[in-house]
Amino acid sequence: SQQVRGMATLKMISIRLKSVKNIQKITQSMKMVSAAKYTKAERELKLARPYGIGAQEFYKKAEVKGEEGEKGQLIIAVSSDRGLCGAVHSSIGRIVKTDIAANPNTKVVIVGDKVRNILQRLYAKNIAMVVTEVGRKPAVFGDAALVAQSIINSGIEFSKGKILFNAFRTVVSFRTTEMPLYSQNAVANASKLPVYDSLDSDVIQSYTEFSLASLLFYSMKENATSEQSSRMTAMDNASKNAGEMIDKLTMTFNRTRQAVITRELIEIISGAAALETKN
Amino acid sequence: MALTRSALRLFSGRFTQACQVRGYADAPSMSLTFAAPSQVLYNNISVKQIDVPSFSGSFGILPAHVPTLAVLKPGVVTVFENDGSTKKFFVSSGTVTINEDSTVQLLAEEAVPVDTLDISAAKELLAQSQSQLASASSEVAKAEAEISIEVSEALVKACE
Repeated sequence: SQQVRGMATLKMISIRLKSVKNIQKITQSMKMVSAAKYTKAERELKLARPYGIGAQEFYKKAEVKGEEGEKGQLIIAVSSDRGLCGAVHSSIGRIVKTDIAANPNTKVVIVGDKVRNILQRLYAKNIAMVVTEVGRKPAVFGDAALVAQSIINSGIEFSKGKILFNAFRTVVSFRTTEMPLYSQNAVANASKLPVYDSLDSDVIQSYTEFSLASLLFYSMKENATSEQSSRMTAMDNASKNAGEMIDKLTMTFNRTRQAVITRELIEIISGAAALETKN
Repeated sequence: MALTRSALRLFSGRFTQACQVRGYADAPSMSLTFAAPSQVLYNNISVKQIDVPSFSGSFGILPAHVPTLAVLKPGVVTVFENDGSTKKFFVSSGTVTINEDSTVQLLAEEAVPVDTLDISAAKELLAQSQSQLASASSEVAKAEAEISIEVSEALVKACE
């Protein structure tokens, strides 16, 4: 029975070895794909950055402040549908959870399935809208405009708001950041607004609606770059881990194989010796 | 609109000449960031003047222009750079912000240099949008067709 166990272990090890080798191939190819997507995303982000930063300038220069009203808070959580990308989605989910715990009167618009999965269990009633089919193709302005239009059409009212996303820093690091969102009321009550000439509510409305789309677009671009670089790192680590497992398993496999051969030899020799001594 | 634009340019010519006479120390600077979602045209570049088409009328922006916000209309944005050259871009829509410190953010949804426009394609688009309007059934479809006509008319005008 020792022999049978030895052979079975050998087969089990070789099955395991084969599957880990396959996993390594998959993670390596995922890393390549992510690297290509990351390069493209970073290039597009570089072109989108002046646009995104420019879109925030007015609110800074006019010193617009979020209101402390009873209409509550709006959080737009930007993530995507696909996983295996490190801490990208969980960091957003964590911050939304602590925020809702601090301000229960919060509505969340979720862009991407992953954060929806994180929030659905405990905070399903705070979820106002979910956007899916995100992340497969690079975001274009039309996508952000669509989301912004849906938010506006749904008539969600808020006193203060923020867009939560992962700002891209370097290939190996990203930072979960928030961009403030202001209601039309907050803009109208801004301390430096009287400095701005000839503004009527139409202009303010069009301006805030357009900047919602612009800020969303910018956050999507930053998040996409962070996601791809994070996935690249995660898959690279997974490949390295798989490689280590393969080394260890190969070592075990060879040792087991040699042990099996040695056992067979011992049995044959001791069998032969027994026959000899019998004779 | 064309009249006001050319009148503005006459006026601005005199203004900039006066600036030059007064000398560099007196001339205030204006920093322009003109960007579209997928391209950067100017990023905090100092320019002399910017003419923008907006829903509240076309106007020229000079340094120390009063702060304001405006919504862009389909049309041509003309940037007068510090070295005297002029560049024209067609914009589809967007916003312009002029701040107290003379920084200008011109955010356009689409912006292309005017010399890349093809007038025959623009005329074709105009004809298409006009037939779209004729066959439009719902309010939304009508509004979309009207917007399309507005953009294509401005495109044709920009090419001429």
